[in-house]
Amino acid sequence: MSFLPKPKLHHPKLPLNELGFTRRDYEGAISTLCAGCGHDSISAAIIQACWELSIAPHRVAKMSGIGCSSKTPDYFLGASHGFNSVHGRMPSVLTGANMANRDLLYLGVSGDGDSASIGFGQFAHSIRRAVNMTYIVENNGVYGLTKGQFSATSDKGSKAKKGAVNTDEAIDLVGIALQLGATYVARSFSGDKAQLVPLIKGALRHPGPAFIDCISPCVAFNNHEGSTKSYDFVREHNEAMNQLDVILGRMPITTEYAPGEVREVTQHDGSVLRLRKLHEGYDPTDRVAALHHLHERKAAGEIVTGLLYVDPEPQDMHAHLGTVERPLNALEDAALVPGAAALERINAALR
Amino acid sequence: MLRETSALKPTDIRNPDTFHKVVDCQWACPAHTPVPEYIRLIAAGRYSDAYLVNWHSNVFPGILGRTCDRPCEPACRRGRVEEEPVAICRLKRVAADNKSDIRGRLTPIPAARNGKRVACIGAGPAGLTVARDLAPLGYEVHVYDGAAQGGGFIRSQIPRFRLPAEVIDEEVGYVTDRGGVVTHYGQRVESLKALLAEGYDAVFVGSGAPRGRDLDVPGRAEAAANIHIGIDWLSSVSFGHVKEIGRRVIVLGGGNTAMDCCRSARRLGGEQVSVVVRSGFEEMKASPWEKEDAMREGIPILNYLVPKQVLHEAGRLTGMVFETVKAEYDARGRRRLVPSGEPDVTIEADDVLVAIGQENAFPWIERDIGLEFDQWGLPVLDAATHQSTVPQVFFGGDAAFGPKNIIWAVAHGHAAAISIDLFCRGEDVRNRPPPDARLISQKMGIHEWSYDNDVSLDLRFKVPHAAEEVALRDIALEVELGYDRALAFKEAQRCLNCDVETVFSAKLCIECDACVDVCPTDCITFTADGEEAELRQRLKAPALNMDQPLYVADGLKTGRVMVKDEDVCLHCGMCAERCPTGAWDMQKFLLQSAQAAPCAQPMAAE
Repeated sequence: MSFLPKPKLHHPKLPLNELGFTRRDYEGAISTLCAGCGHDSISAAIIQACWELSIAPHRVAKMSGIGCSSKTPDYFLGASHGFNSVHGRMPSVLTGANMANRDLLYLGVSGDGDSASIGFGQFAHSIRRAVNMTYIVENNGVYGLTKGQFSATSDKGSKAKKGAVNTDEAIDLVGIALQLGATYVARSFSGDKAQLVPLIKGALRHPGPAFIDCISPCVAFNNHEGSTKSYDFVREHNEAMNQLDVILGRMPITTEYAPGEVREVTQHDGSVLRLRKLHEGYDPTDRVAALHHLHERKAAGEIVTGLLYVDPEPQDMHAHLGTVERPLNALEDAALVPGAAALERINAALR
Repeated sequence: MLRETSALKPTDIRNPDTFHKVVDCQWACPAHTPVPEYIRLIAAGRYSDAYLVNWHSNVFPGILGRTCDRPCEPACRRGRVEEEPVAICRLKRVAADNKSDIRGRLTPIPAARNGKRVACIGAGPAGLTVARDLAPLGYEVHVYDGAAQGGGFIRSQIPRFRLPAEVIDEEVGYVTDRGGVVTHYGQRVESLKALLAEGYDAVFVGSGAPRGRDLDVPGRAEAAANIHIGIDWLSSVSFGHVKEIGRRVIVLGGGNTAMDCCRSARRLGGEQVSVVVRSGFEEMKASPWEKEDAMREGIPILNYLVPKQVLHEAGRLTGMVFETVKAEYDARGRRRLVPSGEPDVTIEADDVLVAIGQENAFPWIERDIGLEFDQWGLPVLDAATHQSTVPQVFFGGDAAFGPKNIIWAVAHGHAAAISIDLFCRGEDVRNRPPPDARLISQKMGIHEWSYDNDVSLDLRFKVPHAAEEVALRDIALEVELGYDRALAFKEAQRCLNCDVETVFSAKLCIECDACVDVCPTDCITFTADGEEAELRQRLKAPALNMDQPLYVADGLKTGRVMVKDEDVCLHCGMCAERCPTGAWDMQKFLLQSAQAAPCAQPMAAE
């Protein structure tokens, strides 16, 4: 880790976004993670995505649990709201916050231990409840904070740093998210920002449960020969389905593609997800086909990445429950305390 | 997305020029003074060491710390990432002001002579540099000068309120008073032919550009008593022959000599002193800080005025008339001054100082000795060796390629000394020795460096000045007080340590992007190779400063290249701190230009 803060001086030609901020304005404290940690690249991608989308930092709530990944919200969006919860409990804290104030942008940051082990149930339920959020798992397949034991996402047959072979089946969080109804599902790699940044942007603009499984090599404990989450292994086996561009309404379309090469998905807020096909016959709006393809390619030893599934017309928890539109902290007393007559009516309806 | 385009050649970091260029200040310095090295020593309170680093490179640290034209400062990287460059020049003065007795640490002069005799014509910065470089090798150097003391224009032209005489005495003394050098002061060389006949093995001409350009307008001759050539007048002031000037003074010219003239005039009784220049204010040759200093002393600078006539009454100058002009540019961007149509401007005055340029003059060099001159009256020289068409005669300083400044004169002196040494040993003078360049890792611990990599956010500190009412009363009172030690430390901390280079080793890199993410100035990109012009556009921050080179390395596993734009790198070492494999290392690049004699002292601890 570095002991000095990152110098405040920046490139003199650093561009400003629509809010007048530079990318550096979206940074947080300097990382205390090991040098070379994939998580730092994901933090950088989040910073880039938020800057490009001109998101007002104070309209973001970043939530996390425990672990290396869950430390990272300290390293980006220093001017945003944040909550560092108990191990594995980020999803329910995020759900609660979202219930109370749907106007904020919710960014859940978690790891494979936090989401696939101790918080597996929480992860599953937040997805199936369709909480409107961006849920990023920084997946390194190892318990880095406790020095490199296999995690629940370590692939069967992969080797630990000291040579032990993992005999347990791995949890595929992308598969679970697809099954449980996530309406935006992607996988990416911390070492490929060209792919990752647009995926995060798309997720932030997606009005439903958006899940990104981001493979993020642990340089200290899981970047060796025999690991399936190392920089080299992921680069060799990465099979990208598509390349995403997030087009906001006002941006002119400059690149031309041959017919059939591009698939556009217009989201509810008018943003367009433009997917350049890299893989013949892959339909990112077909959930069943996506699951099938995922299993098939995994069996072939490939790591499928890209935007794997998107529902252009998602519904979120608030729509399911019919909750009030305004944040609870913006409701006046009359709405919050409807009085004895209202209570009487409710009771009568239940008799 | 690898493209089939011609690839950029990987950077050869074993070529000393590669990293030398990154040290912008040192690269820009004609004498290639290792600037960051001495600034770090000042920050560490090691003033004598800092002085010696300077002395080795530029011979006159105390003098230059007050008067240098500072080509280093406009080049300073700090000026590109923040508002102003590091006050390099004034930090040099701090080293000179605060050092202890360093005489015992200067390059020793051997008692035994090597039997060769060299004559230096002119005891200015160029000639003294030649003497300093050659004496330690056993040469017997004879320095001739028409003045009674050494220093040349340093002594005669620069006013005492900018440069006290003690500083000149001290630093000239380090050259002339330690043996090996024989001074012939008060002895102007009137014939090169006669000097050559004295059997010197080599002669160095460092006689300066001693002729001030004159004014040619109506009334010039009639009012001659009140019109003075700037450099001659300055030297008369310097030697105490002139002690006063009229109440109203016009100074013609826009160079540093004009600035010295107007400020001297202010101190000798000039109450209404104005500087009048033909060109625009921005195009003036004077350094910005010299213009500032003049204006601070209540001297207006009037521009776009061309002298038309000198007004006089009964042999006394009464003023001058100027034509008002404006600049016009032709299709090729060349400037022309044309009448603006506005009425002429008349300025009343008692005296006029003419500082509109200097010329070379060699009336003492016979034209029949084989020494060729070009159409501008300058000697025909080899630009690198300074050798003239008479093989044993070498030129340097203003006498060589026309008027420049002290630091260029020093650089010429070093180059000529190398030539003279080679010549006297019978070797080819074109066979130039390479610089001494070293690259040393600064790594001390996992994230500890032997330099202070914390980047200061302070803006440039102003140098304290003496109160104006006191300063203007005494021409010998130094105006600038110099930084005190505390201020010097803070200013020194603004230095970005550009000599601590980011050295990349592709075979160690795992392409994790940690350096890319942490770099505060977006210098680093890993990308597909391509042609430079196109590649510069698609870096993380487009590299638009074409003066600054790209550092390109290939040999990465993915087949991409690492490209670092050196332009605004802060040398903070964050890339190396965040690198998990040590593919980046911070290594100090220490370059000493070649000199005839080896270094006085081993450089400061690595």
